[in-house]
Amino acid sequence: MSIRHGLLALLERGPRHGYQLRAEFDAATGATWPLNVGQVYSTLDRLERDGLVAQDGDPDPDGRIAYRLTDTGHAEVRGWFASPVSPKGAPRDELAIKLALAVTTPGVDVLSVVQTQRTGTMTALQELTRLKTRAAGDDLAWSLVLDSLVFRAEAEIRWLDHCEARVARAAAARPQNAVVPVSTTGPAVRR
Amino acid sequence: MSAPVLVLSGVTREHRQGDTVVHALRGVDLAVHPGELVAVMGPSGSGKSTLLHVAGGLDTPTAGRVLVEDRDLAELSAAQVAAVRRRSIGYVFQDLNLLPSLTALENVSLPLELDGTRGGLARRAARDALDEVGVGHLAGRFPDDMSGGQQQRVAIARALVGPRRLLLADEPTGALDSTTGEEVLRVLRARCEAGAAGVLVTHEARHAAWADRVVFLRDGVVVDQSGPAAGAESLLTAGGGA
Repeated sequence: MSIRHGLLALLERGPRHGYQLRAEFDAATGATWPLNVGQVYSTLDRLERDGLVAQDGDPDPDGRIAYRLTDTGHAEVRGWFASPVSPKGAPRDELAIKLALAVTTPGVDVLSVVQTQRTGTMTALQELTRLKTRAAGDDLAWSLVLDSLVFRAEAEIRWLDHCEARVARAAAARPQNAVVPVSTTGPAVRR
Repeated sequence: MSAPVLVLSGVTREHRQGDTVVHALRGVDLAVHPGELVAVMGPSGSGKSTLLHVAGGLDTPTAGRVLVEDRDLAELSAAQVAAVRRRSIGYVFQDLNLLPSLTALENVSLPLELDGTRGGLARRAARDALDEVGVGHLAGRFPDDMSGGQQQRVAIARALVGPRRLLLADEPTGALDSTTGEEVLRVLRARCEAGAAGVLVTHEARHAAWADRVVFLRDGVVVDQSGPAAGAESLLTAGGGA
């Protein structure tokens, strides 16, 4: 998640100081990605250095400095909303890497790696569903964030199903080398 | 915790296909308590539907025991099993099987009347069941005059009507769009929270997530199950956005 763009987008609402930005970020995302104030101020420093924000007037009586967007900052926000999030920018997918290593590491039961993950992701999905039922119906921002996590968890489970089928098929094709303790060649179960 | 409504103990179900024996279920143990909704997931052919049929007395295990409200189905006569099915178990299937020539109210009251409940009482219970799933105002409508979601709610009301405490649902959201499907799950969930025990068979992770527990079946064997985690909040802070 780009904190930089998150803060810039919040500053489109008007000048804000760091504590306000943190509170509004948490409110918009339901505290899904909590920020600490240190992160907020260090990001603001870099944005100021890059000419995307500028200090807005003098510090308030508590010594807090408000920031506003510069013209370059406005353009950056517009550009961010206008472009898709690049998958290349996503953090490394630990699970994909883990499975890739699992299928190439001798002695690893890939199907049990898959099932362990499926159970873990399913538990997460259950918790998200519980949060969703509790979420107030009128909090659209929060409920969209939850939906995003729900769909992502669901996609991960589908991908795991796909991996399992691929691994089972590969094992069936090479019965001598099968590292997978599952019978895929038996007769289909009648339903 | 109170006594389970449904217990499967070492349940095996074999089918013969010519010379081969196909194991639909192999030594499955499962207990479902009042207030609990359990989802069963697995690829096609994993034994999900067989499990539901065995639990509901529609199929008989080759080995193992099935107890519904403490009664061992194997020790009952066919007529007694039929009575358990009518009085204790509610089924919701993907094809709704509503009778097109009966109104919503009549569809729901029919099972009670067949079981000997007098007409007035049966209709009152049916009305309550329709209200419970939010379609009381459609009592006089015929199935063809209702949307898919409304028909599914009527089918659930029919499954819930009377004192039934075991609810068995096989892909109940199959034919519905995602929002309507979610409403149906909400109703199932609410009924379980009110004291019923539910088993939901589905291949959709998003739907299974409405359950308290998810049991994974593979080749007729329970390979794993997921329960509630430590706390929802931990999920969000522990890198949920990564």
